[in-house]
Amino acid sequence: MKKIASYPDSLTEKHFHYCPGCTHGTVHRLIAEIMDELEIREETIGVAPVGCAVLAYEYFDCDMHEASHGRAPAVATGIKRVHPDKVVFTYQGDGDLASIGTAEIVHAANRGENITTIFINNAIYGMTGGQMAPTTLEGQKTTTTPYGRNLKEAGNPIKMTEMLSVLDGPSYIARVSAHSPKHIRKAKKALKKAFQMQLDGKGFSLIEVLSTCPTNWGIKPKDALNWLEEYMMPVYPLGDLKDIKEVE
Amino acid sequence: MAEKVLMKGNEAIGEAAIRAGCRYFFGYPITPQNDIPAYMARELPKHDGVFLQAESEVAASNMVYGAAGSGARVLTSSSSPGISLKAEGISYIAGAELPCVVVNIMRCGPGLGGIQPSQGDYFQATKGMAHGDFHMIVYAPSTVQELVDLTYKGFDTADRYRNPVMVLGDGMLGQMMEPVEFMEPLDPAELPKKEWATDGAKGRETNVINSLALAPEELEAMNKKLENKYKRVKANEVMHEEYRLEDAEIAVVAYGTSARISTKAIDMARERGIKVGLIRPITLYPFPEKEIAATCDQIKKYLTVEMSTGQMIEDVRLAVNGRRPVEFFGRLGVVFEAEEVLQRLIALGGDN
Ligand SMILES: Cc1ncc(C[n+]2csc(CCOP(=O)(O)OP(=O)(O)O)c2C)c(N)n1
Ligand code: SF4
Ligand SMILES: [Mg+2]
Repeated sequence: MKKIASYPDSLTEKHFHYCPGCTHGTVHRLIAEIMDELEIREETIGVAPVGCAVLAYEYFDCDMHEASHGRAPAVATGIKRVHPDKVVFTYQGDGDLASIGTAEIVHAANRGENITTIFINNAIYGMTGGQMAPTTLEGQKTTTTPYGRNLKEAGNPIKMTEMLSVLDGPSYIARVSAHSPKHIRKAKKALKKAFQMQLDGKGFSLIEVLSTCPTNWGIKPKDALNWLEEYMMPVYPLGDLKDIKEVE
Repeated sequence: MAEKVLMKGNEAIGEAAIRAGCRYFFGYPITPQNDIPAYMARELPKHDGVFLQAESEVAASNMVYGAAGSGARVLTSSSSPGISLKAEGISYIAGAELPCVVVNIMRCGPGLGGIQPSQGDYFQATKGMAHGDFHMIVYAPSTVQELVDLTYKGFDTADRYRNPVMVLGDGMLGQMMEPVEFMEPLDPAELPKKEWATDGAKGRETNVINSLALAPEELEAMNKKLENKYKRVKANEVMHEEYRLEDAEIAVVAYGTSARISTKAIDMARERGIKVGLIRPITLYPFPEKEIAATCDQIKKYLTVEMSTGQMIEDVRLAVNGRRPVEFFGRLGVVFEAEEVLQRLIALGGDN
């Protein structure tokens, strides 16, 4: 009998601490499935961020490093330079990657560092209780934008993925979403391709995943899925932004 | 015995690191330490090593964190303002108990300061590097030969204690040319395997490099473990040197370049019959506390000499513990002359 689904080997048995309806766990599972399918669990070193996924090292059943806030791409660079034959990935939130860690992600991407970054954009700082992230939408209420994000004062939702895709270093950059089964299947395809790029030695790959934070958005899990589709997707359109395989 | 070669301090650090089996360097340009990255950029590729000019010192220290956690011997170097930015990574390295060597070729601050040699980062190196209760093991060489020996030794000490080690020099020492003798190079492939390192969990349990401990008991245990390590470091790693101290009544306490200048001043003072000697801490952490205290019966006055407004003097005073007066001489921005130290010694000791 053909096995259709099972618990991924690359996840530990530890229960996720994520809130109900949070898509962090969904993305963890996709990464673990890919590690299983590519048979790279024993070859992989992951870097966990500071953010809600800070405990990712307890969930992924591979060697892991806990980075300081925003520095995962620098930590991953150190690891990859020592072990160029291993698979190295970073898992980072939008505060981590698009705010405090902008320098590190830009330069890792620009060096074409042969690592894979999974960038969880939930338009908010989840872990610290719902402050504005650089990705927060216009008018979106957070604890630090209680009247809604005012673009004149707080700047615009930052499009890191678009910015990174104009660099020469990256091999594959795409934006996907984790809010529906159809989108999750597409997200998995993109994530797998990103890891494959690294295995093929093509250089830096990054997948931005639009993700939910019902807790800090202050809405029900089901409404969060709709909110993501209705409000986030127009600002952060899905699709491939850079793919050197298509250029070749 | 190996032949002596004439070498600049900064470059000698690089060569010593390579001979210690270091194959990874991450750094960011800053004067007066630029010869170190330049040397590593030139020499590491010849040894299949990696030199990477990072986008900032923050990134460089976090690259060191990654490389150290991956099991490699790794070096980074900087000067004062750059070390401030490296503080984040160093705190994580100390928290996760990883070995690495950090060189600070001190210049004068605060702020942007200037590129003149200084010893103004003593507090930073020995006490307040970054957040949290941790210590680096800090070596303070005073000759180019010692830069070589302590850099080499630093990698062993770092590995033994799984702790960051700092080699604390200054712009004068970094730029100075002196004859040095090198040790036989070590093959990094022959170093003992670090079982805790992240290199892919092939046929073993996974390894995690981490300094997060959420449960209070776990957090306390983590800090207790560090505290016990520092106790072992204090018991075993103190290094100091004494010069003309046998019959001395005055002791100069100085390290690094200040100790070199003080040595000259002591010789001049001795010619005038002033009974003065030198206590030179070689490790600043752990500080030769007991060793200084042991001289209190004999020594009547201490003079701490530093290229700062007085930082190490606090540790000297703690060691002396009120039993004798501890005076200070120092300048910063300008490197003082032996003659100036001599004048202080004359004032202290009388021209007897
Ligand atoms: C240097 C530093 N600054 C601030 C913090 C506090 N902090 C922890 S997580 C976080 C934001 C995380 O948000 P994001 O990266 O979007 O991740 P999410 O929780 O939303 O997944 C902040 C500011 C920290 N740990 N370290
Ligand atoms: S706070 Fe938000 S991002 Fe964090 S686990 Fe809860 S829902 Fe997910
Ligand atoms: Mg977020």
